[in-house]
Amino acid sequence: MNAAFALLRRDLSLALRNVGETLTVLAFFVIAATLFPFGIGPEPQILARVATGIVWVVALLASLLPLERLFQAEADEGGLDQLLLAPAPLEALALAKCAALWIGSAVPLIAVSPIVAAMLQLPSEAFGTLLASLLLGTPSLALLGGIGAALAVGARKGSALLALIVLPLAIPVLIFAVAAVEAQIAGLSVRPHLFLLAGFAVFWLTVAPFAMAAALRQAAS
Amino acid sequence: MNWQALANPTRFKRLSDRLLPWFAGGAALCLVVGLYLGLVASPPDYQQGDSVRIMYVHVPAAWMAMFVYANLAIAAAASLVWRHPLADVAGRAMAPIGAAFTFLCLATGSLWGKPMWGTWWVWDARLTSVLILLFVYIAYMALNSAFDDDTRGARSSAILALVGAINLPIIKFSVDWWNTLHQPASVSRLDGPSIHASMLTPLLLMAVGFTLLFLALALVRMRAGLIERRLAALSYSRSAEAGVASFR
Repeated sequence: MNAAFALLRRDLSLALRNVGETLTVLAFFVIAATLFPFGIGPEPQILARVATGIVWVVALLASLLPLERLFQAEADEGGLDQLLLAPAPLEALALAKCAALWIGSAVPLIAVSPIVAAMLQLPSEAFGTLLASLLLGTPSLALLGGIGAALAVGARKGSALLALIVLPLAIPVLIFAVAAVEAQIAGLSVRPHLFLLAGFAVFWLTVAPFAMAAALRQAAS
Repeated sequence: MNWQALANPTRFKRLSDRLLPWFAGGAALCLVVGLYLGLVASPPDYQQGDSVRIMYVHVPAAWMAMFVYANLAIAAAASLVWRHPLADVAGRAMAPIGAAFTFLCLATGSLWGKPMWGTWWVWDARLTSVLILLFVYIAYMALNSAFDDDTRGARSSAILALVGAINLPIIKFSVDWWNTLHQPASVSRLDGPSIHASMLTPLLLMAVGFTLLFLALALVRMRAGLIERRLAALSYSRSAEAGVASFR
């Protein structure tokens, strides 16, 4: 387990030193969300109706950006072989990489999301639920993204391929995250939706380490 | 019978030689009779008129979309557990056929939707789930062909096929849920609980015909895949020999 924590620490300090990458993801998130008022018009009622969906869809797309380098960088620099030789299960190491990915790119994104939501006129009572849905939903995206990144190590058409793999499988998270916020706006109970999001996170937490490890093993062989 | 013996390419070829004419002939027979019964001999629906005949292609195509994915997942599991090349070849052979059936289902559904619902597309739960299934097929094929090394493509896409297999039920459930939240209940269910024998017979014939067609196409594609691998191995050893010769 120590090896997994060491890997987590290393990835986080790498993320701290390359703040530019995180900032790029955040800039993409804000700029892409800004395009929607131009696309659909600045009327507050229309924006308020679609704000949750925009925030979530753009967050989903932004979470794709750091994936291409997640395991590919290790493979390019020979780190992948070290991971395979490390005195820890590959499953735990892959999970540590996903944890670092989540802390390094999803948490800053969640921190910025209220600003984007406010610009899109999301009703103020829905902010808490939006943050909760992002906190519970983005771990699934990071784990799912980890699977996609591990599968695509060494592939020719990296980033487009990742989108093809990850986006269809992320649809359930998107559905229930948006449903939670809309339930809050409609005055209904948000708990079932949030519980389901937590359930998805647990599901991916159980499936993703094995899928990632299997993919990485055959990538290294 | 030891079924693993079938994984031997030579035995597979001998067996497929014997099976292929039956599958292809059976498919042709079932599809011709099924299409005749469905398009000509069966009665028009009392509400939908003749447009109900789209059903005889649409519904079996939808069944095949799921059936082929199940086969793909089984081949993927076999490829990861036994690491046998034949399972890799099978996965690569089946995916485009499944994607074609899925697309056929969506296209005929769209053609059917225009006269029935007045629109080419509605975000109905079933349509949406089938569309996502098509995306998963496309992702599988893209990943399968994304590597210089065919075995890597096969193994990577096999893992994706299995991850997809355990997720498709979750996606289906989520889309059903989403649909009940958003979709007004205006879309009538087209399939009643009961269906008359004059319609059921051509429907089942078409389903059997599509299944046999899938088996025949999969066998042909698998044989082509095996020959391709052999060719690649041959040209590799040829060029290796040539390389050795040039060193001498």
